[in-house]
Amino acid sequence: MTRVRFVQRDGSEKCVELDRDVSVMLAAVRNGVSGIDGECGGCLDCATCHVYVDATQASSVLPPSDEELELLSAVSGERRPNSRLSCQLKSLAAIDELVVYVPETQS
Amino acid sequence: MSGLLIIGASYAGVQAALTARDAGYSQPITMVCDEDWLPYQRPPLSKDFLLGRTSEQNLVLRDNAFFENKQIELVLGHRAVGLDLGTRRVTLERGNDLAFDQLVFATGSRARRIAIPGADLDGVCYLRSASDAIELKARLAAAAEIVIVGGGFIGLEVAASAAKLGKKATVVEASSRLLERAVSPIVSDFLLDTHLQAGVDIRLNEVVASFEGASPRVTGVVLDSGVNIRADLVLVGIGGIANDELARTAGLNCTNGIVVDEHGRSAMPDIFAAGDCANHFNRFCESWIRLESVQNAQDQAKAAGLAIAGSQGPYESVPRFWSDQYDVKLQIVGLAGKYDRKAVRGSVDAGKFSVFYYRDDRLVAVDSINRPGDQMAARRLIARGVSPSPEQAEDPSFDLKSLVTGGDKAGVLPPDL
Ligand SMILES: Cc1cc2nc3c(=O)[nH]c(=O)nc-3n(C[C@H](O)[C@H](O)[C@H](O)COP(=O)(O)OP(=O)(O)OC[C@H]3O[C@@H](n4cnc5c(N)ncnc54)[C@H](O)[C@@H]3O)c2cc1C
Ligand code: FES
Repeated sequence: MTRVRFVQRDGSEKCVELDRDVSVMLAAVRNGVSGIDGECGGCLDCATCHVYVDATQASSVLPPSDEELELLSAVSGERRPNSRLSCQLKSLAAIDELVVYVPETQS
Repeated sequence: MSGLLIIGASYAGVQAALTARDAGYSQPITMVCDEDWLPYQRPPLSKDFLLGRTSEQNLVLRDNAFFENKQIELVLGHRAVGLDLGTRRVTLERGNDLAFDQLVFATGSRARRIAIPGADLDGVCYLRSASDAIELKARLAAAAEIVIVGGGFIGLEVAASAAKLGKKATVVEASSRLLERAVSPIVSDFLLDTHLQAGVDIRLNEVVASFEGASPRVTGVVLDSGVNIRADLVLVGIGGIANDELARTAGLNCTNGIVVDEHGRSAMPDIFAAGDCANHFNRFCESWIRLESVQNAQDQAKAAGLAIAGSQGPYESVPRFWSDQYDVKLQIVGLAGKYDRKAVRGSVDAGKFSVFYYRDDRLVAVDSINRPGDQMAARRLIARGVSPSPEQAEDPSFDLKSLVTGGDKAGVLPPDL
């Protein structure tokens, strides 16, 4: 099972186990990770699930779809090369631990 | 045991509890809800859930461990039926009382019932809760012809799902266009075309007179015009009503929802309301309004949670909403209300466009069809009171974001203009 380590801007961390079929966004919401809203439940409508995937791991997750890229182009937190919408990060069986950083703001 | 009592455990209730706790509220927090389900997501009920793309399990937003961890007591399957503001007690249906120091109404809204002959027939359904959705999904699987009363968001989403499942779907709408109160005619027409192309029959300017049945089952829908449409399933989606009776009976000011200020506070200092059941003055639409959206429920509840914890953070986000029908992503930010000018960006024919609405030269709302980038930029523009000129909005090569990144660049209008 993959573990996700959420790192807040103040450096505090929270680790969450990721069940099959569950996205990083849903795991964050279910476990009360602050700074990830996931308003639309993963329909690619809200972009309130923005995270930065650890730069060294960015290539180990599936690349974003065009739709995700379009939303990412205008997220309210700073856009970085490793920016992702966490509702699109799932099926990460090949990774033991994914580290994601929570941005300053979601909306 | 007193402390904070929250009635309703959906988006607003959960957010109020969580925000209050995270902001340092240290007294007990109890949430009562008449549904048996753990807090779950409602938007997918008419979309992915009906289509079988999301399981019941994946609807759940928070589990027991979450509430235990936050020391929030969850009382599910209990309905609040009485409120005494003097003694500060809420009575549950099954008799027991709960005392409170602060109370939050997060009771949401319910589907408006239709009052016409035949409304009680078996097969006349509504969609509000997960159990409604489970029932509708099962009935839809067995049905061939579904009639949807109401061309609003829920009606159109169910029509799209039914069409995708290969059912014959007919939408009956009383006004002259779809989503009349929410979007402009361009967007209504685009959606109409999309549904017609998917094989959905849409009857505009038509009112349903009665449902016919071979008792107990519904077999058809009769319109005022005399037309009779065969149906083995009917979904009524004619809007929502605030669940504000408990508050009203206890003496709180209610006008289409419980009237609250920018902190979600009612006229009584320790009584709050948030989400679908609350009516607030929205500075973006410059009027009192009751909104039904996840964003409104969560953001308003955050303001209430902060106020309860003795902190400050008024509710002043720009309203937003979305709807998914087929592969059409409709997103709305702001409230167009009475606009006096509009500008279209992108191509209606290509099914990718945004409509920018202006009132007194100010950008007040943007509807986007499959243009999420515009929508994201528009959220920030409206929130900061920055208006691109209609010419800039219409020019697809103009970068809307450039007006909000980099602060006060040339071309950015001060918020008061
Ligand atoms: C099918 C469907 C699709 C939707 N799609 C979208 C969408 O795409 N985007 C969007 O933004 N919004 C959408 N919405 C609207 C959104 O779901 C609501 O705005 C949101 O759920 C409001 O949250 P709330 O917490 O205010 O109220 P609710 O979610 O209505 O929750 C209130 C809860 O309180 C309970 N309750 C009420 N009275 C009592 C009582 N006396 N005692 C105990 N419990 C009580 C209710 O049973 C309910 O569980 C949709 C809604 C539906 C039904
Ligand atoms: S949860 Fe809405 S886009 Fe990811």
